[in-house]
Amino acid sequence: MQKHLFILAALFVFAAPTFAQKYFTRDGKVKFFSDASMEKIEAVNKSATAVLDVATGKMEWKVLIKGFLFEKALMQEHFNENYLESSKYPNATFKGEITNLSEIDLSKDGTYKAKVKGKMNIHNVEKDMETAGTIKVNGNAITLHSEFFVKCSDHSIKIEAGKVANIANDIKVTVDATLNPMK
Amino acid sequence: MKKTNFLLLLFFPLNALVLHAQNDDLLSLLGDELTTDYVIATFKTTRIVNGHSIENVGEGVLDFKISHRFGPVRNGLYDVFGLDDATIRIGLDYGINDRLMVGVGRGGREKVIDGFAKYKLLRQSTGKRNMPITLSLLTNMEVKTVRFADQERDNKFTDRLFFANQLLIGRKFGEHFSLQIMPTHVHRNLTTTRDDKNDVFAVGAAGRIKLSRRVTVNAEYYYVPEGQVATPYANCLALGFEIETGGHVFQLHFTNTSFMNYSGFITQTAEDWFFNNGGGKLMSGARFGFNISRVFTLKKPKGFE
Repeated sequence: MQKHLFILAALFVFAAPTFAQKYFTRDGKVKFFSDASMEKIEAVNKSATAVLDVATGKMEWKVLIKGFLFEKALMQEHFNENYLESSKYPNATFKGEITNLSEIDLSKDGTYKAKVKGKMNIHNVEKDMETAGTIKVNGNAITLHSEFFVKCSDHSIKIEAGKVANIANDIKVTVDATLNPMK
Repeated sequence: MKKTNFLLLLFFPLNALVLHAQNDDLLSLLGDELTTDYVIATFKTTRIVNGHSIENVGEGVLDFKISHRFGPVRNGLYDVFGLDDATIRIGLDYGINDRLMVGVGRGGREKVIDGFAKYKLLRQSTGKRNMPITLSLLTNMEVKTVRFADQERDNKFTDRLFFANQLLIGRKFGEHFSLQIMPTHVHRNLTTTRDDKNDVFAVGAAGRIKLSRRVTVNAEYYYVPEGQVATPYANCLALGFEIETGGHVFQLHFTNTSFMNYSGFITQTAEDWFFNNGGGKLMSGARFGFNISRVFTLKKPKGFE
């Protein structure tokens, strides 16, 4: 009986390293910028959740739409109420993977160029996307950075004719997150 | 012994299964972090028509409000259906934080200067904290600066003061419908007749239906139980549209009052929407009016750079 318990315990010990292969954050920063002819709009969310599995290169992101902070309170309300309909679709998510994992040594400190491919879900509309970014390994922390564009029209976010000069269709998104090992 | 061996065998595939499932959904590894989802945009602006809504302006936001009430529509073409006879209120509201706002204004009818503070005590929410309603407290003070009707009387400054206190209880039922109930207390330091009570209790109800992203239909009604206000008296009812265009909100409506201050529209409204003029002729006290709101962000929110 004791022998079996030992085996069981050993199983858990061996299982432990697979947990450490995952890195996460709850305070990733996601910024977006709309550069239309008449108006520039910026918003920032500092509570994005991200998980990265360094063994497989898979990553997932979740961003609470209501967590985006705007310079103008009314703009924030219209963003949630009229465009993103955040009470119906509270989160934006990304599920994807690093496609050039073989070129990256996440066990060694350094900055690496990474390619990421996956599915972006905003406003309950899923869209395939590919982007490039950097991965910085510094001791126990992995820092991710990427910039890419999201099209409102790809996610059924309707901008009425009268607002075309105020809201761009191509929204520049910048993500920055420092991930730590999951315990 | 055999039994435990068998049990162990069971554990292997189970462990593998659990690990496999985790690989499929990385976010679920973090567990569900329950957050509170506060309801936003129950109403488009801080006023329904004459009275307040549960909405506040954001922290550091200045709201410039211009309101007009015209003469009775029944005056016809001679008065351009009341447009010749306008009373105006100009006001400034400011958000001290996301729960507390203050404001001042000046209305032409009886030359009233008013000031108020509104505090959002409860916020409708779901998730970690479930709250079925939003509750705001409003306290309002008015100074009537119009000359006293009776100059012979020993008129004091305190005779010019009027107060109103309200509980604003609101709920957003889905995207398209919001409702609000407003128990109200009005205090008048000086009344016109002996039959008028100094303290008047009223209850208001208001609702809005959202027709599209930018257009809503609004209604607001205040009921004053009898015996508190001397006749002729009418309860005030307002019906209108609201159009929002980015930084502006336009509220266009018909009401049976020309007052835009609490003691005015709750205790001094004289004509009903439809009434008999005594000679058997049906008349209407309805008049056109509008409120325009324009917001300016004076202070950038914290954490925004």
